[in-house]
Amino acid sequence: MATDDTIPITVEFSGGLELLFANQRKLTLSIPTYNENRTRSNIAFLVQHLCDNLMKDPRKDMFVLDGTVRPGILVLINEADWELEGEEKYEIQKGDNILFVSTLHGG
Amino acid sequence: MASSTIVESLRKQIASCEAQLKDLRRQLAEAEHYQQQQREQDSLHQTTAAYSDPFTHDMSYGIHDDFRSEVFAALSHVEVGSPSRKWPLDKTEYKRYGRQLIMPEIGLQGQLCLKEASVLIVGVGGLGCPAAAYLVGSGVGTVGLIDGDIVEESNLHRQVLHSTASVGMSKVDSARVALNSLNPNVRLVAHPSRLTSESAISILQDYDVVLDCTDTPASRYLISDACVLLGKPLVSASALRTDGQLMVLNYPPRPVGDPSGGPCYRCVFPKPPPAESVVSCGDGGILGPVVGVMGVLQALEAIKLLTRQTNEVFRHVEPKPADPPTLLIFSAYSNPMFRSIRLRNRRQKCAACSAQSSVTPEALKSGSLDYVQFCGTISPINALASNERISAENYAKIRLEVNPYTGMEPDKDSHILVDVREKVQFGLCSLEGSLNVPFSTITTTLPNLANTWHNDEIPQAQGWVTELKNHPEKPIFVICRLGNDSQLSVKKMKELGLDHSGQRWIGDIKGGLKAWRNNVDREFPEY
Repeated sequence: MATDDTIPITVEFSGGLELLFANQRKLTLSIPTYNENRTRSNIAFLVQHLCDNLMKDPRKDMFVLDGTVRPGILVLINEADWELEGEEKYEIQKGDNILFVSTLHGG
Repeated sequence: MASSTIVESLRKQIASCEAQLKDLRRQLAEAEHYQQQQREQDSLHQTTAAYSDPFTHDMSYGIHDDFRSEVFAALSHVEVGSPSRKWPLDKTEYKRYGRQLIMPEIGLQGQLCLKEASVLIVGVGGLGCPAAAYLVGSGVGTVGLIDGDIVEESNLHRQVLHSTASVGMSKVDSARVALNSLNPNVRLVAHPSRLTSESAISILQDYDVVLDCTDTPASRYLISDACVLLGKPLVSASALRTDGQLMVLNYPPRPVGDPSGGPCYRCVFPKPPPAESVVSCGDGGILGPVVGVMGVLQALEAIKLLTRQTNEVFRHVEPKPADPPTLLIFSAYSNPMFRSIRLRNRRQKCAACSAQSSVTPEALKSGSLDYVQFCGTISPINALASNERISAENYAKIRLEVNPYTGMEPDKDSHILVDVREKVQFGLCSLEGSLNVPFSTITTTLPNLANTWHNDEIPQAQGWVTELKNHPEKPIFVICRLGNDSQLSVKKMKELGLDHSGQRWIGDIKGGLKAWRNNVDREFPEY
């Protein structure tokens, strides 16, 4: 059976990150199953994909710094900290929910 | 005044110790009685003849275990010849806390736990006010309050302990007045200054639980480090705009290097966010009930922590391992409003709580750990040359006075005033004749697009470029709230070629509308 070319996923933003993505809190999108290197698309790929194709704000360093998600942003894969799932190397599965949360400091 | 406070405080402490002693006696009686019951039951099992007595049967098995032992404990506590019966709580306390006392989660033991407990609230603002109100209301024995700020008018919509009359007062004093009238039984400890790394250990060590109700990353790292070093659970919350976040950290509060302890703030956020990504409530806005919800949740978590033991020891519930660490996210305009995210455990190489920790009590006390530097600061923006800037007073002359050199009448049409605040803020108040182009629109305008467009291809959001290009002869003055975004906007406009290679003047009004209000028009609203 041939593998599907794309994976449907949900990406969500919270804690002000939605402001970088034209105020959208929830995106439903499809990403390629395999990236250029013929490896399965992982979180690192998704982050770059979001930054290059979907981020409206030119201040890219508010989302990505030194090639990875900037400090102060938690990445949550299906409601769990990405550090429980293999961080950037986690291979994205069909129907995954990836949530990016910026820490808040107000009080 | 001061000595009467001391006398009062000592009286309360003695009363509290007496209550504790009384309670320990009761517990001992209960334990001894329980032991005796066990022995009797064991012997009953062996002697079937005992079952023939129905009364014995009822007394042993007909009443719920907990209730039975409570009854016996109470009975056995009555001392022979004692004239009046003493209760573990004051009569007024039974009444005051009655609605929570009758709940199995609290009960008498839980209330006594709260009474013996001390909670420190760092920051008496939007989070700290509701948190303090509920903790003091619930009868926590000692509540400490730290804050170095004074009450401002713009605090009142969310900082519910402060009143219109207390504007200008220190937040700690204002909160003490309100909390004391709410529940005079609670001992309030005032720390009316900002928490520093030098003072953190000595202040925090006197408390059982710490609530982080502050508003900067630097204070959040400091409080977490001190809690780890002292083995205190930390209830941390934050809020901005319509969102809030809540975490119970360092729980269970195991020693540094013990991986089974709960994660600390550094485990979750090993590196601080870039200073320019940190938005304050003053800049981003905050809805009162949003931060209120988070503060109330902090009080709730503190009560759960303080009475947890009650449930295990006194209700004979199996001790449960601590809940796995979670981050609770509140989002007022999302559906569902709450979601709970599973967090990581302690980080193996955490700078604070791991075996490889570099944060020590000595480093904290000596002040060698500079939390402000660690988190970075934003230096004031100074992006323009002096000939690209004009003071509010001089700009007022252009608008309001006859030009002393040319004799020209003042004319608002002689120039374009661009206000780069976001649309909502522009809607609150603006200078007459100003054109609103929000900063977010300006920053997202692509330079190549602005130069190479064809009229039918211009995205609507970029129409402002065309509009400004239509009047190439008029100088452009740019204004914002405080005078930072206006400078960056001037730079961006020049990059977009709006200055026609230097032929048109574009500059900003120094200090923004704040300077306009302070130096030109006192009637212009401040928000």
